[in-house]
Amino acid sequence: MNKQEFLAQLRCGLSGLPQEDIEERLVFYGEMIDDRMEEGVSETDAVSAIGEVSDVVSQILAETPLTRLVKEKIKPRRSPRPWEVLLIILGFPVWFPLLIAAFAVVLAIYIVVWSVIVSLWAVEVSLWAGVLCGIVSAAAFAIRGNGLTAVLMISVSLCCAGISVFLFFGCKAATKGILRLTKKAGLWVKSLFVGKETA
Amino acid sequence: MDIQLKRGLLDVCVLASIKSKDSYGYQIIKDMKPYIELSESTLYTILKRLETANMLTVRTAEHDGRLRKYYHITGAGLKRLEDFKGEWGEIMSIYRFIIREDNENE
Repeated sequence: MNKQEFLAQLRCGLSGLPQEDIEERLVFYGEMIDDRMEEGVSETDAVSAIGEVSDVVSQILAETPLTRLVKEKIKPRRSPRPWEVLLIILGFPVWFPLLIAAFAVVLAIYIVVWSVIVSLWAVEVSLWAGVLCGIVSAAAFAIRGNGLTAVLMISVSLCCAGISVFLFFGCKAATKGILRLTKKAGLWVKSLFVGKETA
Repeated sequence: MDIQLKRGLLDVCVLASIKSKDSYGYQIIKDMKPYIELSESTLYTILKRLETANMLTVRTAEHDGRLRKYYHITGAGLKRLEDFKGEWGEIMSIYRFIIREDNENE
C-alpha cells in the first residue's frame, strides 16, 4: 500500500469524526510516513510501519468519547429550514418518547444480562449454603443415632461442594465475558457513527 | 511493563524528549525507542493531551519542501518534569519498601 492509499483508507474509516480531527490525524500520519521515507525507508515499508488501517481506526475510536461522535452526527450540515424546525417542534411528542423508549430498551437488555450473572452467583452462594446445612444436619442426625441419614447428608453436602467448585469457574468466566462484551458493545456503538458515509 | 505505570511515564518521556530542543513526531519516537516502544497513535494522543494541558505548543515549519509540526515545551511542561523528579523520589522509596523482604531473606 502506498501513502495515498493508506491516507484515503484512513479518511474513509474515520469519516463521521469531526472534520478537523480527521484532517489533523491525516497530517500527522502523513508526516510520519514522509519522515520515514526521508531516512531511506521505502514507501511501502514506511506505511506498514504505522500498522493496519483497521487497527489505527479502532484505537482512535476507543480514544474518542462517544459524546463527541454523537455531537458530530447530529450537527446539521447546513442551517435547518424554518419548516424543518417547525416539524421538529411539532414532532416532539412523537420522537421524544421514542427516544426514551429506545434508551429504556438498551438499558433493560443490559440489566437482564447482568441479572443472569447475579443469579448464577446466587446459585453458587446457595450451593455453599447447601454444604453448610448438609454438615449441620449430618451432625444432628449422627447425634440422634440415625447414621444412615447422616451419611446421606454428608454426601449431599459433598455433592454441593463439588458442583459449586465447577460453577465458580463458570461464574467467573461468565462475568469476565460480559465485561469484555460490554467493552466491545461500546466500541460497536461508536463504530456506528463513523466510516459509513464514504465507504 | 504494567500498562497503568507505562501510561504515566509516557507523558513525562515525551516532555523530556522535547526539553532541550524542539522536536517532531518521528524524531520523538526514535529518541524514545531504546527505552520505551511507542506507536504513532499513542504518541498522537499524548501530544494532544499535553497540548490541551498547555505543557507544549505546536508550530508548523517548512522542511524540505513540505510541512512538519514541531513541538515546543512550555513553562508548565518544564514544571511537570521537575515535579516528576520529586515524585520519583517517592516511587524509589516505595520500591525500596517492596524489595525490602527480598533483601531480608537473603
